[in-house]
Amino acid sequence: MSKTRLGQTPSQTVGPFFHFGLPYEGDSNLISGDAQGQRIVVEGKVTDGAGEPVPDVMIEIWQANAAGKYDHPEDTQDKPIDEGFHGFGRCATDKEGIFRFHTVKPGAVPGQGNSLQAPHLVTFVFGRGMLKQLLTRIYFEDEAHNANDPVLGLIPEARRGTLIARKTNSATYTMNIVLQGEGETVFFEY
Amino acid sequence: MADVIPYNREEKSAQPPSLYPPYNSTVLRAPKQPLVILPHTLSEVTGPVYGHGKVLPVDADLTKQHAGEPLGERIIVSGRLLDENGRAVPNALVEVWQCNAAGRYIHARDQHPAPLDPNFSGAGRVVTDAQGNYKFTTIKPGAYPWRNHPNAWRPAHIHFSLFGPSFINRLVTQMYFPGDPLFAFDPIYQGIPDVKARERMVSRFDMDSTIPEWALGYKFDIVLRGRDATPMEH
Repeated sequence: MSKTRLGQTPSQTVGPFFHFGLPYEGDSNLISGDAQGQRIVVEGKVTDGAGEPVPDVMIEIWQANAAGKYDHPEDTQDKPIDEGFHGFGRCATDKEGIFRFHTVKPGAVPGQGNSLQAPHLVTFVFGRGMLKQLLTRIYFEDEAHNANDPVLGLIPEARRGTLIARKTNSATYTMNIVLQGEGETVFFEY
Repeated sequence: MADVIPYNREEKSAQPPSLYPPYNSTVLRAPKQPLVILPHTLSEVTGPVYGHGKVLPVDADLTKQHAGEPLGERIIVSGRLLDENGRAVPNALVEVWQCNAAGRYIHARDQHPAPLDPNFSGAGRVVTDAQGNYKFTTIKPGAYPWRNHPNAWRPAHIHFSLFGPSFINRLVTQMYFPGDPLFAFDPIYQGIPDVKARERMVSRFDMDSTIPEWALGYKFDIVLRGRDATPMEH
């Protein structure tokens, strides 16, 4: 198509004062009563380049349901939609820089070509001092398919672990987000 | 399952870098490692579909959320949510938040010694209609000081958060007002590399949407990334 494109609207920081505009009750709990699948907590701490907790960012996640189906019209897989689970969550970090979601473990989803992607959460970080949001992913350490995941495969081996949440008790997975410096989380250009 | 149709990539000159030292807070929050280029998969081209959250008419009128009328200049902000191909983005959630006419947010951490307005909270939400139109009524926010550098002031702005047809369309931006003398001094506005692209964040005064003896109209169209085909055409 040779049609002239309209110019994209630039991104600007969410700033320090979003808390009265964006968070809403229940925003970090993705589960309604009858959601299918394993109930889990996904949590972590966000730190900056000085190693200090970041108490004023907002994390958003988007994920498939337990069957590996996204609640979206472009997911045409023959898998069930779950009326108790839509897959979007939002959480502002607390004063210790902690975020915490109550969700279900997603199923595996298709990747490019005939590949399969290991279960993961698509994750955005918005904050003061961030003129545009950062994109990352949260994977789960107890998924054997991580070894064959095509997106993890794009990442230098030494850094892959930054996207893999550790199982810290039977139903809790922890992945810290390091914005800068030692152990810096992998972020994507998308 | 058919291959997904990728979205256009970021327009580099129109989008800010993560590190922009004149905006001090970027210095410890910008990644130092190179970003990994992510192909668009089903995970990226899907996203939350609105309809779940309930949006009420009062959410679109920030002047009617309390017993009395807020102080300040009443305005109507409207526009269209489009993609780069000029296609309307319908059923999209638009969230807005702002300070009051005196330049003060209700946020507990805002220490600017300007008055709070008991009749103004400053948060609203609307969903775009089938043609991508949105509209809300508010009051014109004031400029306010911040501590980025000596005598730093933010130009008056309304924060916008948008959900498009996919999660990677997610956009958070700020809408400014035409002719603001503070643009030249604001590192957040100046953080956009292309001077012409910065102007896409500036609303325009619009007599057609101005309501006689009631409120001034401002127009602000927002453009999200597009793609070269739609799933229906594919």
